[in-house]
Amino acid sequence: MSTGLVTPVRVMSGNEACALGAIAAGIRFFAGYPITPSSEIAEELAERLPLQGGVFIQMEDEIAAMGAIIGASLTGAKVMTATSGPGFSLKQENIGFACMAEVPCVVVNVQRGGPSTGLPTMPAQGDVMQARWGTHGDHDIIAVAPFSVAESFDLTVRAFNLAEKYRTPVIVLLDETVGHTTEKVRLPETVETVDRIGPDAPPDKYLPYRHAESGVPPMASFGTGGYRFHVTGLAHDETGFPTNNPVEIDKLNRRINAKTTLHRDDIVDFDAIHCDDAELAVFAYGSTARSARQAVLEARGKGIPVGLFRPKTLWPFPDREVRELGERVEVIIVPEMNLGQMAHEVEWAARGGCRTVPFGRVDGQQIRPTQILELIEKEARSR
Amino acid sequence: MERTDYDKYLRLEKFPLIWCPGCGDGIVLKAILRAVDRLGIDQNDVCMVSGIGCSSRTPGYVDFNTLHTTHGRALTFATGVKMVRPDLHVIVVTGDGDATAIGGNHFIHAARRNIDITVLLYNNWIYGMTGGQASPATPMGKKASTAPFGTMEHGFDIVALAAGAGASFVARETVAKPILLDRLIERAILKKGFSLVEVMTPCPTTYGRRNKEGDGAAMTEYLKVHSVPMARADKIPEEEMESAIVTGVFVDDDKPEYTAEYARMVERLRESKVAG
Repeated sequence: MSTGLVTPVRVMSGNEACALGAIAAGIRFFAGYPITPSSEIAEELAERLPLQGGVFIQMEDEIAAMGAIIGASLTGAKVMTATSGPGFSLKQENIGFACMAEVPCVVVNVQRGGPSTGLPTMPAQGDVMQARWGTHGDHDIIAVAPFSVAESFDLTVRAFNLAEKYRTPVIVLLDETVGHTTEKVRLPETVETVDRIGPDAPPDKYLPYRHAESGVPPMASFGTGGYRFHVTGLAHDETGFPTNNPVEIDKLNRRINAKTTLHRDDIVDFDAIHCDDAELAVFAYGSTARSARQAVLEARGKGIPVGLFRPKTLWPFPDREVRELGERVEVIIVPEMNLGQMAHEVEWAARGGCRTVPFGRVDGQQIRPTQILELIEKEARSR
Repeated sequence: MERTDYDKYLRLEKFPLIWCPGCGDGIVLKAILRAVDRLGIDQNDVCMVSGIGCSSRTPGYVDFNTLHTTHGRALTFATGVKMVRPDLHVIVVTGDGDATAIGGNHFIHAARRNIDITVLLYNNWIYGMTGGQASPATPMGKKASTAPFGTMEHGFDIVALAAGAGASFVARETVAKPILLDRLIERAILKKGFSLVEVMTPCPTTYGRRNKEGDGAAMTEYLKVHSVPMARADKIPEEEMESAIVTGVFVDDDKPEYTAEYARMVERLRESKVAG
């Protein structure tokens, strides 16, 4: 699909790129609430969406914004909201509704320092576990984490595509650094877009929550084609109506939790730099991966056989890839702007194949390339 | 008067209703169907949205596009539906707890925005589904499971709240007057703007029992006896007014509606773009 964004190379921020990614992906509805450091996304779309016949609405709070995008999505629209830590906390209940009712939507969280009000204008990566487990109950989730302005555009487009393809909320985890960094980018003239699969049966035969083999039931839209169906956050059977039948409840829970397992190879995306012959590795994501890339390149210049594994999708976690990496290297260093949230995942995925060295920074400051380089050199020396 | 073919609008396979004997919610349900039927609205063009609670189970029984959301949030989901599909009749069914406690913020802001959504608020003075806890509408002094010695809080005047927040149409009726009720619902649906019909309805199971107000019939009789049409409200003695339930249309204004204003802005932008 044409992005309609044919522009020469220009300077923009990660937040702006995220908004433009949403436009390119075909967003029709955005609901938001002001919060630093994500507000530029809402501001950008407040101007652009009406110009294209889409809808922007500023809601009365974060919860309302999340509810509004779910309602809009049920009419068939591609939808997004954007927020930061405190707002992300408020959205969790309705994110769970979107998981349970399988409503495609994109939720951007431009991470700032936490907990609580924390550090509104400073970067952190403390919400990666909340992205995975923030809402109650067993549920699947997809989360992507761009490391640059250009990737903020690309992964927002991808987030929409994954949401539509798998009928699920997708979290875009920016961090303040990625959101507010401005750099030169050239936006693509076309992007691949995906639309949700519509009903494959007439209204009287349509099952909105059919246990399809793909795990993804075809989705009708409210007010289109005479499909009058019921949507609820209660446990429901294939018809969409509440049920207390243990067999039906079990089937539903297992199906909605199996989507990312079933399709993990289609979803999981990562970048590996110098990993083939690496004896040491750095696992980093988001803006930390920018520092890590620099550090790895400098270390290579010094003859240290180190590689960078950079997941673009944090959830589902690239466990198989990390395990394979762990079998080849002696150590995986995990720098992140939190106290080891992903380091635990890496350690679990490596299953003792190598050592895991967490490095956490929670003072609102970016992890610098020199810090990661020092860690690499220290590990290289102690081999 | 022509009889409404209720079956046409009901998902009969979902019966029996979960509501208790003596509950008034079924009366509201039928009134909604009569109003929709009389207006001749296509079932495909109705989207009914609810939150959590007894009243919020209504959408499960009606053959419209139906959405049963999270507690207090029906209006937020409904706003999303309405903004993308302004052509749909979006009807929110909610209760006193759902709409004015946990959902209070959404309630006042949807009214302020004056978005064309019809809200039917079943007020039974209690959280019925969860077992009879005090709600913001529980009258002062009345007992609830979380107010075993009587609530010390002032109950919300929901009509005044909606009017103050900017709703275009605000009305109140009781389930004791179902024919007046469906006429009000009809007007509320027709109104271009945020409209609220507060429906007083008995909960004999959790409110009536605890406050010794009798069964559903006795409580409905109470609503009938104590309801005072607005036109008569200034003619009855002050002491009677304290327990009076004033019914009728409190607000019926014509003012800019949100989805129409939004469409106008989009049109304006399109024209200026064409003009270059």
